[in-house]
Amino acid sequence: MATSLNPSSTADIVARANALFEDLSFTTARKWKADKPGRKVIGYMPIYVPREIIHAADMLPLGIVGGGDQLEVIHGDAYYQSYICRIPRSTVELGVTGRLDFVDGMLFPSICDVIRNLSGMWKLMFPHVYSHYFDVPQNYRDDIGGNFYINEMAELRHDLGELRGKPITDDELRHSIAVYNENRALVRDLYSFRAERPWQAPAAEVYLMIRAGLVLPVEEHTVMLRDYLAAARAEERPMRDNCRIVLTGMFCEQPPLNLIKSLELSGCYVVDDDLLLVTRWLLGDVETKGDPLLNLSLAFLHHSESTAAKYEPNQKEKGQHLVRAVKRTAAEGVIFAAPSFCDPALLERPMLQHVLKEAGIPYIAFKYAENSGQMQPIREQAGTFADSIKLWSGA
Amino acid sequence: MTATKIVTSRGAPAKEAVKDASMVKQKEMMAAHYDRLTSAHETGHKVAATFVPGNLNELIMCFDLLNNLPEVNAIQNGLRRVSGSYVLEAEKLGHSEDVCTYVKSDIGMMAKGNLAPNGKKFPDPNVLLLSYTGCFTFMKWFELLREQYKCETIMLHTPYMGDGKITKNMIDYMVKQLKEEVIPTLERVSGIKFDIDRLREYLKKSSKAEDDLVRVLQCAKSKPSPIDAYFGGIYYIGPIFGAFRGTQDAIDYYRFLREEVEDRMAKGLGPVTPDGDMGKEKYRLVVEGPPNYTSFRQFWKMFYDEGAVVVASSYTKVGGVYDFGFRHDPDKPLETLAEYCLGVYTNRSLPMRIDMLVNYINEYEADGLLINSIKSCNSFSAGQLLMMREVEKRTGKPAAFVESDLVDPRYFSAANIKNRLESYFQMIDQKRVGASAAA
Ligand code: SF4
Ligand code: SF4
Repeated sequence: MATSLNPSSTADIVARANALFEDLSFTTARKWKADKPGRKVIGYMPIYVPREIIHAADMLPLGIVGGGDQLEVIHGDAYYQSYICRIPRSTVELGVTGRLDFVDGMLFPSICDVIRNLSGMWKLMFPHVYSHYFDVPQNYRDDIGGNFYINEMAELRHDLGELRGKPITDDELRHSIAVYNENRALVRDLYSFRAERPWQAPAAEVYLMIRAGLVLPVEEHTVMLRDYLAAARAEERPMRDNCRIVLTGMFCEQPPLNLIKSLELSGCYVVDDDLLLVTRWLLGDVETKGDPLLNLSLAFLHHSESTAAKYEPNQKEKGQHLVRAVKRTAAEGVIFAAPSFCDPALLERPMLQHVLKEAGIPYIAFKYAENSGQMQPIREQAGTFADSIKLWSGA
Repeated sequence: MTATKIVTSRGAPAKEAVKDASMVKQKEMMAAHYDRLTSAHETGHKVAATFVPGNLNELIMCFDLLNNLPEVNAIQNGLRRVSGSYVLEAEKLGHSEDVCTYVKSDIGMMAKGNLAPNGKKFPDPNVLLLSYTGCFTFMKWFELLREQYKCETIMLHTPYMGDGKITKNMIDYMVKQLKEEVIPTLERVSGIKFDIDRLREYLKKSSKAEDDLVRVLQCAKSKPSPIDAYFGGIYYIGPIFGAFRGTQDAIDYYRFLREEVEDRMAKGLGPVTPDGDMGKEKYRLVVEGPPNYTSFRQFWKMFYDEGAVVVASSYTKVGGVYDFGFRHDPDKPLETLAEYCLGVYTNRSLPMRIDMLVNYINEYEADGLLINSIKSCNSFSAGQLLMMREVEKRTGKPAAFVESDLVDPRYFSAANIKNRLESYFQMIDQKRVGASAAA
């Protein structure tokens, strides 16, 4: 079990995570790579890839989620029409400005047509980098979708083995699964802690903690999470009269950090969200004994998060994950926040809203872009929402 | 060989579009299909709604189901200029202004009485066959419809050809889905047992019609081209991309069409446009992307008025890419359906799409590439700017970019598009002058 040598205050830990967040040159990942000859870094985009396979090849999985509001997009706009979301253009910007020049491979998971097409663009723009569209099944039967998925994972395992120059063994995979189980358990702890005491773990801090997991080696991230949880538990912070909301729709292009902060400032405690789902995609521990790819597949098929990029075979189940999240976290409302032009989030939204309406759960909706600057309208909308929730709950 | 008949409706207002005989025939087929659909409750037919890319018409017919294609309905609503009000209706119901307008046109149409082009009400589908092929939106679209119709929904997941190849894993996955999910559900919904020989018969018929379609499209290699492979091409693909693939009607139609086109070619004639025979062919273009349907005729006119003819287009490959050799194969009935779904244009990786366009420019001796980028459609549009640059680089031919939407009239700016096209044609002229000066 990874332990910390330097327990510190939340402020210190958050400052470190914030520095990682702001570092658009990925210095830490570069340093990790440079520290040992032969090390390789594999980038991946939202929404989910089995990072265990990358880890098992001794490589660093590096989550790429666009450029945020600090990156000036100069070249990226020449690749995309105005009616396409921001994340692909800022990702292209990261690529063409050399910020990803240390990345040895890129994985583009099945999430939407934009990321899908970006996988082909990457092949053309960076022909010397391994780049792969990582497909996942939309059929959840073990003998159908499961077989397909195991074979897709086997292909990735084979490719990364080739890249390393040595095949990935089952033991390596089993070890990586265990390492990620530990990490996932802490992420779950962090989310439960926040749901219980959101004033002790503000949404922006939790976001930075999770976000650090996209760039740090998982073992280091696990230590960071443990330290933060210990520090956050120990530190008494004032509780505000905020309402409790679940935030949904932010599973790909990231909102500016200010947006998350604004929600809290305007009276909403975020008690659950779908940000950076890769860290919580698999809902429980993955079995470590037996065939590792089979175990990863079973977890994917039967114990993974519901989101817009996934087909829901059962109409009755549609949107129920959100109702359950509201109940589990004792939330009082839902905020739909979707990136502009995000087909998955925006097409999904009306269906989820119907389900919430039926369940009597209030909601509001707005759109954002990763570089949205103006927070005032969002603050006002969230503030009014919080006020009306308080009014209802008082009634 | 049947002689080409130019059919003009006599006594019709002057602006009535001129149609060649195959277009008239095609229109009759489509109208008959809509009549079949809207009388389904009287005839006792059950209905499967399904998408154009990756549609399994041969399989659907094995269960005596009628095939209702929501994109085709959206197109009809666009051409009849009612889609705009449907899109607005869907937005009123809470659908975002940012998402695909095909979906909103469909949802708005349902909200406003679900009327088919013949003015009669569409039947509710008995099953939604979600061929998840080449476009993410399809998945959400049918989840949205399922919410309303509360009917059986079958997901057939077609993996994406991200690495430019069809693997055994992909085929196995699809065949298994067909065998164990799609077919049993269709049996249950229809009450008809699956007969693989019946499927083989339909597939045999498909392949015959496909041969003739390919021949028609390839006639555009001739100079002048006897067809417009984009605006005219949309009529040509109607039956085979829709409810007719696998039928004798389709075989007859494509034979008739081929003869008509070959005859035009033998006579050295260009395409028939809504204003009659096209004048001299001045520009030969390859077009990428769907057309705009709300101002379809106006858009087409901008081309033929300038003597521009489209000799090949990617849009006419969304319901199947046949010109590189694929045919439905009755000897491996389920595998061939899988291969068909995997190969449709929007399920191909961006490098594959670029290769296709480059190939078209070279093979059809085109002057360049025009991209009509559709606001609605991420599947087509994301990446098109890079495609344009790559194609220019590889062919040395100029490319141009215009933007519009499929069925949302708010995004068709005639003046902008016309300007852009005019400067594009000038660019081609200059390039020619430059080339002949250098020669
Ligand atoms: S923000 Fe939405 S549309 Fe854009 S890449 Fe992500 S999932 Fe796709
Ligand atoms: S996104 Fe494009 S391919 Fe998909 S349904 Fe809409 S128009 Fe068709």
